[in-house]
Amino acid sequence: MRKLIHTNQNHPVSILILAVFLFSFIFPAYAEAKYDYIDITNPFIKKIPIAVPSFKEMADNSEALKKAGEAAELLSETLDFTGYFKIIDKGAFLANLKKAGISEAQINFRDWTTIGAELLVTGGISITGDRVKMEICLFDTFKAKRLIGKKYTGGISDQRRMIRRFCNEVIYLLTGSHGIFDSKIAFVSTSTGKKEIYICDFDGYSPRRITQSNSISLSPAWSSDGIWLAYTSYSRGKPDLFIKNLKEKRGAVVAKPGINITPAWVPGKFALAATLSFSGDPEIYMLTGTGKIIKRLTRRWGIDVSPSFSPDGRKMVFVSKRSGTPQLYILDLNSDRTERLTYQGKYNTTPSWSPRGDKIAYSALENGNFNIYVIGTDGENLTPLTHNAGDNESPTWSPDGSLIAFSSTRGGVSRIYVMTSYGTEQRRLLSMPGEQTNPKWSPKNIAN
Amino acid sequence: MKKKLLKSVALLLVIPGLFLLFSCAETEVQSTTPDAPKAQASEEAEEAGKAVADEEAAREAAQRAIEEEAIRKEQESARNMFISEDVYFDYDDSSLKSEAQSLLQRKGVWLRNNQEASIVIEGHCDERGTTEYNLALGDRRANSVKSFFVDMGIAASRLSTISYGEEMPVDTGSNADAWAKNRRAHFSIK
Repeated sequence: MRKLIHTNQNHPVSILILAVFLFSFIFPAYAEAKYDYIDITNPFIKKIPIAVPSFKEMADNSEALKKAGEAAELLSETLDFTGYFKIIDKGAFLANLKKAGISEAQINFRDWTTIGAELLVTGGISITGDRVKMEICLFDTFKAKRLIGKKYTGGISDQRRMIRRFCNEVIYLLTGSHGIFDSKIAFVSTSTGKKEIYICDFDGYSPRRITQSNSISLSPAWSSDGIWLAYTSYSRGKPDLFIKNLKEKRGAVVAKPGINITPAWVPGKFALAATLSFSGDPEIYMLTGTGKIIKRLTRRWGIDVSPSFSPDGRKMVFVSKRSGTPQLYILDLNSDRTERLTYQGKYNTTPSWSPRGDKIAYSALENGNFNIYVIGTDGENLTPLTHNAGDNESPTWSPDGSLIAFSSTRGGVSRIYVMTSYGTEQRRLLSMPGEQTNPKWSPKNIAN
Repeated sequence: MKKKLLKSVALLLVIPGLFLLFSCAETEVQSTTPDAPKAQASEEAEEAGKAVADEEAAREAAQRAIEEEAIRKEQESARNMFISEDVYFDYDDSSLKSEAQSLLQRKGVWLRNNQEASIVIEGHCDERGTTEYNLALGDRRANSVKSFFVDMGIAASRLSTISYGEEMPVDTGSNADAWAKNRRAHFSIK
């Protein structure tokens, strides 16, 4: 029995103690063939039909029965969020696993291939006092093989995290890329009547308020270790830049005359870029994580704003009005050369560099409405991802690059939505009072 | 004959001399004799004069008060006008249009006449455009106004700027009229 969480997290997890048993290892043959399942670089991926029947309650009590249904439901929703799966309707199921059993030997795989399921997740759950035990397996129904088998134990309130952990395993096996289920999204909401910054789970679950500014807070930005959040707030009467440690009560404030806005952290460094206008003109500066200016990055009269870094930290895309209208430019930090990226349209803003490094998502004004576009970092392959659905702004990539969260007014007031990086599967992320804007997806592992 | 002529000459000299003497005396008498009654009269006159003067002073004071009140009101209305009149901008633009410049010219004169006043110039935008870019645009707008005043000779130390981007619209409508009202520089006195 190993008393640690089975993930690739590189930071200690203190709050939750999960006991994880590996009672079976992934078959080497499947590990080699994992890219055969989902090619996430293909925009026309065929969704994999997957069946997730109710978990079997291993100890016979009503609490376990209730949790067994909830667990399967939550697992379905979590996998469905990725856009990679087609969750098969329970009404179509031929087998009753509660009677038949959930082990490899007990499953009649033909019951599942007949209804078109290519993958099957089975689970067992038992509850003793406030402790919950879960066994979850993933099967390839056509090959009649178990791909993943895990056991988890923890408190009842840990159930969601156990299921997310399992889903991370599934996504890693099928795509070769780590899942997003431990990531979070920071955003701005007017739920209290004032713009404050909130953080929720990747799927919109459990939003909590981070700022108590009672004024205007804007533009949250995550450090790449997920520990620091920078943002702009008017809590001292003017737009100042706050750099806040999310774990400890400490941080820094950049409060120069003029605006102190649009922070973006340099990947892997305790440094960030931000627009400051103390010189009389909004220019982008490189700052230390403690808010000291390292150097000025832009030197052109007029607006320079909204930086976003390439994953290697060597280049920075930003918005500049140097040519008369707001357009995207890429600054090479080594050579100090700046090149214009966008030429279509008269208003291109809020760029976000993809985690794979090859694309930039941004918001473009056309015919009176904002839409999300992606463009190659070479300026090629300009593709609209939204259309005819209100104003769509502030795109932000999931840490694995598979999804994009953004704000949209398609339903009236601004809300946070999510879609695949190809623009498919657009759906609303969370339901909260007030308006939600400015989403910013965290790096992949954010421990609470 | 000669003696007669001399007599006449002497007489001619004496008579005016006597006359002069007499007239001098008479003048003296006139100026010195009626002392008491004159004083009384002057007192009366003085009293009357004083009443008139009092009246006049009161009138003048009232007039002055009215004038001061008018000046105060004028100053107050100039101050209010300074605060209430916004400067408007074109879409995605921070340059000062001619009507903006003439308004700022008037405001600059007020700043010159009110040396003790320090002001805050707020830059605002309409809702079209992204939050982040509009914060920068609002900053540019406030700084355009500040530069105009500095060029008029107003000390930069009296002028501070703040951008609210699109966060504080005066009109929350989503139409051309509302947008035009929201693309503004607003003023407050510290």
